[in-house]
Amino acid sequence: MTIASPLLPPADWRDFLALTKPRVMTLVVFTGLCGMLAAPGRVDPVLGFTAILCIALGAGAAGALNQWYEADIDAVMRRTAKRPLPAGRMDRQSALHFGVGLAAFSVILMGLALNLAAAAILTVSILFYVLIYTVWLKRRTPQNIVIGGAAGAFPPLIGWAAATGHVALLPTLLFALVFLWTPPHFWALALFVKTDYANAGVPMLPVVAGERVTRQQIGLYTLPMAVVAVLPWPLGLTGAIYGLVATVGTLVFAALAAQVALRTTMPDDGMKPEKRLFSYSILYLFVLFGALVVDRWVA
Amino acid sequence: MTPDDEDLVRRRQRSRAIVTALLLAAMVVLLFGITMAKIRQGMPS
Repeated sequence: MTIASPLLPPADWRDFLALTKPRVMTLVVFTGLCGMLAAPGRVDPVLGFTAILCIALGAGAAGALNQWYEADIDAVMRRTAKRPLPAGRMDRQSALHFGVGLAAFSVILMGLALNLAAAAILTVSILFYVLIYTVWLKRRTPQNIVIGGAAGAFPPLIGWAAATGHVALLPTLLFALVFLWTPPHFWALALFVKTDYANAGVPMLPVVAGERVTRQQIGLYTLPMAVVAVLPWPLGLTGAIYGLVATVGTLVFAALAAQVALRTTMPDDGMKPEKRLFSYSILYLFVLFGALVVDRWVA
Repeated sequence: MTPDDEDLVRRRQRSRAIVTALLLAAMVVLLFGITMAKIRQGMPS
């Protein structure tokens, strides 16, 4: 890891932006927006925009604090070595101050502009990602992304709470959906970037328990995820548009996951099924949440 | 510190000052919008 030097020039503003992991933020913002749009009632556009901004800033703050804590791991992984801290373009203290400041600002703004329920859930999601996932679990257990996955599952709950001031069954199911979607999604990725995680000493499941167990776990987590994805329809919480999209989308997901779960890696394996599952899992979540909003506004 | 380093520091400071000013201006606009929205919410329809 590059040691921060007192002679380091001030970091560029683009490096502060990079600390917030803008690409990861896309899915967070989208699921938060869909949670808000799927909620009953109508939110003032300015307040709705503020809620989404707060979710984005909260996610950015969590990302910045994650990079502040993990600079040593990032330095030895090819995928993350060019981030501002491991690349030596920023000192750690600036990243810490930026992350804490952004987190506090996002929570206070959410509480003042929207409501305390949304601000409280936003606080829990930031603390969960930073303390439970980053500090506690990531370096200690291969179950890191299973429990840590909850951090990424909060946005639809926050969006709904911002619109209504409370939490209901549908956003709770959306939380469960993202929570159960996270293990197959990340373990598919971990299967084809295994060396990177091994070099960094991160106990991802393929590194610790091997590929066979990882493939089994992908299959196992897909089953409850599939049930939770379709469940809002038979429970009468959504209409047929969401129900049909969820059923077809989930069947495709299950087929791709089964392909990954049932095969063994061959020499010079391109890991195509794993890469296909990883890419599809991102599309799947976008489509499902999109269908939820269309269903709510059209039906 | 070489002249090149000094130049880099000045450029960074300038770009950061501009971005900070723009963000502060955006925050003023946002807080005004939130205030107006809150007033609208408080008014009987």
